Amino acid sequence: MTEPMVISSPHRHVGITVRGVMVRVAAALAPGILVYLWIFGPGVLIQCVLAMATAVATEALILRWRGRPIRTALGDGSVIVTGLLLALCLSPLTPWWVTLMATVFAVALGKHAFGGLGQNLFNPAMAGFVFVLLCFPAPMNKWPAVPAAGAPAPGLMNSLGVIFVPKAEAVDAVSGASALNHMKSRLGLMEMVSEIRSDPVYGNFGGRGWEWIAMAWLAGGVALLVLGVIRWHIPAAFIAGMTCVSGITWLMNADVYAAPVFHLATPGAMLGAFFIATDPVTAATSDRGRLAYGVLIGILAGLLRIWGIYPDGIAFAVLIGNACAPVIDRYTQPRVLGVAG
Amino acid sequence: MIRELHAFPGGLPLAHYMEWTCGEESLLQPLPARIVLPLQQHIGLPATPIVNMGDKVLKGQKIAAASGYVSVSIHASTSGTVTDIGDHPAPHPAGITARCIVIEPDGEDHWYDIRPVDEYTTVDPRRLQEVIRDCGISGLGGAGFPAHVKINEGVENAVDTLIINGVECEPYITCDDRLIQEKASYVVAGTRMIGHAVQAKHRVIAVESDMPAAYAALARLVGDDIELVQVPARYPAGGEKQLIQVITGKEVPCGGLAIHIGILVQNVATAAAVYRAVTRGEPVVSRYVTVAGAVPRPRNLQVLLGTPVTDCLRTCGYEPQPGERIILGGPMMGQHLRSTDVPITKTSNCILVQQEPEPAVELPCIRCGNCATACPIRLLPQQLYLDTRAGNYDAARQHHLFDCIECGCCSYVCPSHIPLVQYYRHAKSHISAEERRRDGADHARSRFEARNDRLRADASAETQRESAGNTASANSEYVRAAVERTLARRQARDAGPDGETGSHD
Amino acid sequence: MTALLLVCALLACALAPMFLRPPAVSSRGSVRQARLVSRIDSLLPQTQCGECGFAGCRPYAEAIAGGKADIYLCPPGGPVTVRQLEQLLGRSPAHPARGPAATPATVVAHIDEDLCIGCVKCVRACPVDAILGAAGQMHSILPAQCTGCDLCVAPCPVDCITLVPAAGKSQWQWPRPVSTMAATA
Repeated sequence: MTEPMVISSPHRHVGITVRGVMVRVAAALAPGILVYLWIFGPGVLIQCVLAMATAVATEALILRWRGRPIRTALGDGSVIVTGLLLALCLSPLTPWWVTLMATVFAVALGKHAFGGLGQNLFNPAMAGFVFVLLCFPAPMNKWPAVPAAGAPAPGLMNSLGVIFVPKAEAVDAVSGASALNHMKSRLGLMEMVSEIRSDPVYGNFGGRGWEWIAMAWLAGGVALLVLGVIRWHIPAAFIAGMTCVSGITWLMNADVYAAPVFHLATPGAMLGAFFIATDPVTAATSDRGRLAYGVLIGILAGLLRIWGIYPDGIAFAVLIGNACAPVIDRYTQPRVLGVAG
Repeated sequence: MIRELHAFPGGLPLAHYMEWTCGEESLLQPLPARIVLPLQQHIGLPATPIVNMGDKVLKGQKIAAASGYVSVSIHASTSGTVTDIGDHPAPHPAGITARCIVIEPDGEDHWYDIRPVDEYTTVDPRRLQEVIRDCGISGLGGAGFPAHVKINEGVENAVDTLIINGVECEPYITCDDRLIQEKASYVVAGTRMIGHAVQAKHRVIAVESDMPAAYAALARLVGDDIELVQVPARYPAGGEKQLIQVITGKEVPCGGLAIHIGILVQNVATAAAVYRAVTRGEPVVSRYVTVAGAVPRPRNLQVLLGTPVTDCLRTCGYEPQPGERIILGGPMMGQHLRSTDVPITKTSNCILVQQEPEPAVELPCIRCGNCATACPIRLLPQQLYLDTRAGNYDAARQHHLFDCIECGCCSYVCPSHIPLVQYYRHAKSHISAEERRRDGADHARSRFEARNDRLRADASAETQRESAGNTASANSEYVRAAVERTLARRQARDAGPDGETGSHD
Repeated sequence: MTALLLVCALLACALAPMFLRPPAVSSRGSVRQARLVSRIDSLLPQTQCGECGFAGCRPYAEAIAGGKADIYLCPPGGPVTVRQLEQLLGRSPAHPARGPAATPATVVAHIDEDLCIGCVKCVRACPVDAILGAAGQMHSILPAQCTGCDLCVAPCPVDCITLVPAAGKSQWQWPRPVSTMAATA
């Protein structure tokens, strides 16, 4: 006969759930996705759907294999947010198989190989992204051209075609370089920043169109802060770190190094600051630790953007930050009340 | 002098729902059909019964004596006959029974011959301590620590600040609020008595900022000798360590006591009980209890100790129903009751009825850090949870597991609905049981080794005797020599200095 | 040819430990061994009951340290002792089916005074001198000293000794919460 369960206090709960947190994060991503859709066409939505579906399917299969309750684990919604974030980091024109492989890697090896929710050391979306970036650099480099500067944004059928039947000519017809890519390659040709910036690819702060998406991510991030889903320490520290690095270099030589505003007005920076680096499972846990963690990622991202070979180094910076998080945690534990400080 | 208040880390801003019960006069709970008094209503050793079955007892008569220093005596809550001394249901999370004295009231409610202490200001503080101990006073705020032990420690060490704790931080509970409003003079006088007993330099009475009526009632009575302080309402401001930090800015050292930093804290009800004990010789036989939550008529009651919870609920118009959870205490730290057939004890401050919550699925920890942000002791609840889950109890202990006050803030905010407080309680009871087991084993080992040494010594003495000759003759030789020695000694003693033979021993 | 010789030499070095006797334990090694025995002994429950097959807790500890005995043989220690021994010796946790299933309840011996004949057999049998008594005198158990090892039960010629649950401090512990995310397989 089983004993009746012993019930412990507290007998109340504030009411938040993991699913609630995930829903709020997804909702905060919505404005950015809408801006993305508006400017660059439905490619981003196709990627999102593809990534989310793959993520859910992969997790369901793995849970079945591990003998865990599927509905409960899928019900927390964390894998859907992983898929969404991964899709938003990839280009809207990424071939379907690249998205698939990135998502499967992220869920299977980035999350479940470590033990599932709460156990992974590395951010699964970033792990998946870096995997495909290293293995398939060419398809990853096809970014949609800014509508004002080149061809209009691809429509739905065009996007579906580019994603699912990637033929080189079709892709080339709609793609261009991302602002970061453009800046990096032109700097490599020894052009000055001021000359590069006069290109119609650029808007007021960053890449034309891309800066609006960055603003939308910023708005979503601030909404999460206000709702109390994330705390301010990581975004503030990340932005500070990145501003420091890009600011110092810009002050040293404004012709060779882009202004901090340019770096911050990229979608990668804003998405990274508010949605990717703030992933609670892989970040540091104490407030002091979070500041250190955010600064580390910001500085690394800035350095990698300027001197790394890839246009955007945020993914690598986040992964390195993840690896350092346990050490940061160990040395930033708060002083317990009553222990001589 | 307006005292500058400090803040404590973490905590939660909880809604209090005080308006339901703090405005109305408390009701006297009628005499029940049976009084069940557990022998342990305090921290320390259970009291030892000094009455037998069938004895007639009077109200306020001591029926169980304190067993040792850290223990408190029990008194009859009403006059009647002792019908049983044995195991009865008592408040316990697993519904385990406890040893109790059961009294059948005779309806007379006849008092024992109680005597006051005259002129307490001239009386030696130790006399006051004895009175407090004899009257069965333990911490009536819910902790149940023997008051005389705390006060004795206060007499032995210098007390800089005496804090009387009227900060009721848990939602729904207003029994202390009501006590202050109705018996403010008892609280203030009791504060002065305890202050005199420990020779405290400063005396403070603290109430919460959302207790204006209580504040006003006290403000009329405190003179320059007592400071009245209003503390911001935040859970758990009423916890001893948190209150000390708010009022003095000092932190109680880990593993230490408040007295080590010269501070003594007592609950307002304890102070009122001290007043009764000193001015009338009245022991603790009743207390204020709030009945709140999903009951038709929530109210504060003055309840005789040993009254069943069922009776108190009935006074407020409630009958237990399925789908509803009954809690002895508040929603954050209260004890779940499986049956309402348990008695009110010295530490019962509230009976709360609430809807049985949806059974929550415990998800894995997502390392969000909400728990660490909410912890008022600045512990790492996440780390303690991981250690306990892994069975790594030594690591949990090193991470200050025993400094956890089990306030429930961490479990309250966990998005994964992890029952953190239960993990820590499990770890603490496991470690304590292990320590007891280890001490028992060490004790058994030393006895075993002592026995082996003794057997070896006997065996070698035997072989020595054997080697002196064959066993029988050697033995008899040994015996004969012993007898001769004894006779010689006796003759020498009987001959004595006067040479006469005396009597045997 | 040289290569063949080299390979043979390497093989010989690799296989030699299988055939050579281990060196005699150095004095430093024996001190370490003694310390290990003491540490293992400190984890055992000290009931000296012999259920493990050894003549007491210390001989069992010596056998474990010498690699001659398994760590799952102590019923009074329960799963807690097994786990502590696993942690001390750096062994990976075994499947729960090995070793004692549950921590045994604390029991103490109790003598039925109506039946006791004062034969002193139980007094001699108790490994911790927890029985008071002399020839022809009533025998009494000292509950605070009794470890519940049950070595006194068998020697009693009139079967007057039983084991009863220990009174006093409650043995109840808060149970560990059961997580529903555990594997269902």
